[in-house]
This record gives sequence, structure tokens and C-alpha cells, in this order.
Amino acid sequence: MNYIFYFLIVISIVAGAINGRLADVVSAILSGAQVSVKIALSLIGIMAFWLGMMNIAKKSGLIEVIAKIIKPVTKRLFNEIPEDSPAIGDIAMSFSANAFGLTNAATPIGIKAMEELQKHNVDKTTASNAMCLFLAMNTAGFQIIPATVIGILVGVGYPNPTQIIAPTLFVTTLAFTFAVIVAKILQRFWRPQMESEAQ
Amino acid sequence: MFQQIMDIISLWALPAILILILTYGLVKKVPLYEVFTEGAKDGFKVAINIIPYLVAIIVGISMLRASGVIEWIGTLLAPILEFFKIPTDVIPLMLTRSLSGSATIGVFSDIAGNPDSNFYTTTLAAVMVGSSETTLYVLAVYFGAVGISKIRYALLAGLLADLAGIILAILICRVMFLN
Repeated sequence: MNYIFYFLIVISIVAGAINGRLADVVSAILSGAQVSVKIALSLIGIMAFWLGMMNIAKKSGLIEVIAKIIKPVTKRLFNEIPEDSPAIGDIAMSFSANAFGLTNAATPIGIKAMEELQKHNVDKTTASNAMCLFLAMNTAGFQIIPATVIGILVGVGYPNPTQIIAPTLFVTTLAFTFAVIVAKILQRFWRPQMESEAQ
Repeated sequence: MFQQIMDIISLWALPAILILILTYGLVKKVPLYEVFTEGAKDGFKVAINIIPYLVAIIVGISMLRASGVIEWIGTLLAPILEFFKIPTDVIPLMLTRSLSGSATIGVFSDIAGNPDSNFYTTTLAAVMVGSSETTLYVLAVYFGAVGISKIRYALLAGLLADLAGIILAILICRVMFLN
């Protein structure tokens, strides 16, 4: 992450200077910082709402019920996490929210799942295998209906916008599966110590 | 028919989850209001915890976009993509897809709204956008919320999955829509 951060900024400055767009690059610092805070602040309310709902689901035992239903799958994927951990139920909830395109709910629930995974993590600053896997699964962006895209297509008068649902679902399902396999393979080569030595 | 079912699912998914959580809680005699507010208290803390991580990633990406590097890579890639009959209009999309959600939607609206874009280009762009999630944003938010700074292979796995998604989108669109 240190190198990524370094190169993002240094390459931008060098390339901006060459392209004669250094002023734009500098003003992007301010706008980027503002956008970050705006995103975080807009999360507060919806985060509070879903954390509240998830707390009810946890206290009532609903999360455990859901976790039990998908146990055959999660047991293999998240084999380092105890079967009865609330993390498993949270992960399941987070995927249901993602699959239905409920972005507002998916992010808070996903963060909640990450917090549960953190409780099982030994080194609190280094991502565990389970956390990397959960993240990779999330970045694949699995959802049944790409609502935003369809909305835009409807807006521009594209013929029969729903015809993109099937190919999109095909791509996202395979990319999702691929993410899981890649994460499982990479965890063998990337033990936690290696990253700390590289720092 | 399929369309109607999908619309109903989209509309009812969230309300159904809420009814399920609340009814199950009530049946199990959970003090709903107290437990809700107790859980909701953490909302502020979590959102604020994310800020430093978001600033690092989003400022970096904003700078990169402003610098013109993405156009450079696009120019470099153009001959290769033309060889594979991939419309060059989707190149910016392939590059911003993992970096910035708002930029991706912007580029996509541009392609979709441009009267010169043909049907195939718009379709390919739609599948590419619809099947993706902004990898770097997800990384900053999810790991930021729990204070993870050593990410190991998480980004690599996410980007490889993004690449696989792009290739798959091109393949399926060629099979289904390009004749």
C-alpha cells in the first residue's frame, strides 16, 4: 500500500507536469479531499440505521439462522473463522444486500462483517486471509440487476435495456468466482510476514 | 414477464428485509427500539474512522485522473484493442472502472448519450459497468473502517478479478451482440 500511495501521487505530479496540467493536479487534491469527507459524512446516517437493524437481527438470533443456512458454502470459503461467529451471518447478509443492488445497505453491513472478521484477526493492522477474501468478493460487485446502468440506458432511449441483464449476470458471476479462486491461490504465496518485511 | 419480476424484486428486497428483521425480533421478544439505538450509536464512529483512508485513496485517484495518465495508457492500448475489434471508446471505462465510481458512471453516460456511439459499443460499455464495483473505493472503505493498513494481496486479487470481468464482458458481448 505504501508503494501504491507513493506512485499514485508522484506519477500524477510528474505526468501532470509533462502534460502541462500541473495546476489541475494540484486542485484535484482539494476536490478529492472534499469528496472523501462528503462520502464519509453521508455514510453516518445510513450506517447508523443499518447498524441498528443489524443489532436487532443479531440479538434476535436471525443472523445465526441465516449463517446456518449458508454454512456449507461459508465453511469452505472462510475456513479460518469459527462456524458460530456472527461474522458468517454478517457476510451472508452483506451479499444478499449486494445481490439485490441495495448499495445503501450493503456498505454498512459489509463494514459490520469486516469488524466481525477483525475480531478473529491476530495482527490488527494486517488483513487476514478471510478479510482479503471478503474484500475480493466485494470488489467483484456481484449483483442480480445493474439498476444504475439500466437507468442510464432507459434515459438515452437504448432499445430494450433489460437485455443487458443476462450478459451482465454472466460476467459478474464468473468474475466473482474468479475473485474467490484468485484470493485462495494468492493467500498461499502472500503470508502476513512477507508484507511486514517489505515495509 | 422477467422484467416485471425483476422490478418487483428490486422494489421489495429492502422493505422485505426490514419486515423480516423487525418481525423476527418482535417474536423473539427483543426490545427493538433500545437495541436499534444501541447499535446505531456506532454509525458516527465508523463513518469518521474511514475518512483518513478515503482521503488517501480518493485524493491519489483524483490527482491521477487530472494528470492525464489515463489518456496516455488509452493511447498506448488503442492499437492492441483495435486488433481485437474492441471499440476504443470503452478504453477510458476499462481504466476508470476499478478506480472511481463517479468517473465510471460519467464516462458511461457519455458513451450511452453520444449519438455517434453504435449499439455494440453502448452494450459492451453497459455490461462492463454493470458487472463491476469500484475496487479501490471498496478497499479504502472496508479496510479503513477496521484500521487495516497492510492489505497483502487484497488489491491484486480485486484487480485481477476486474481484468477477468473486462475480458469476459468483451467475449460475451461479441458472442451475443456482434454479428
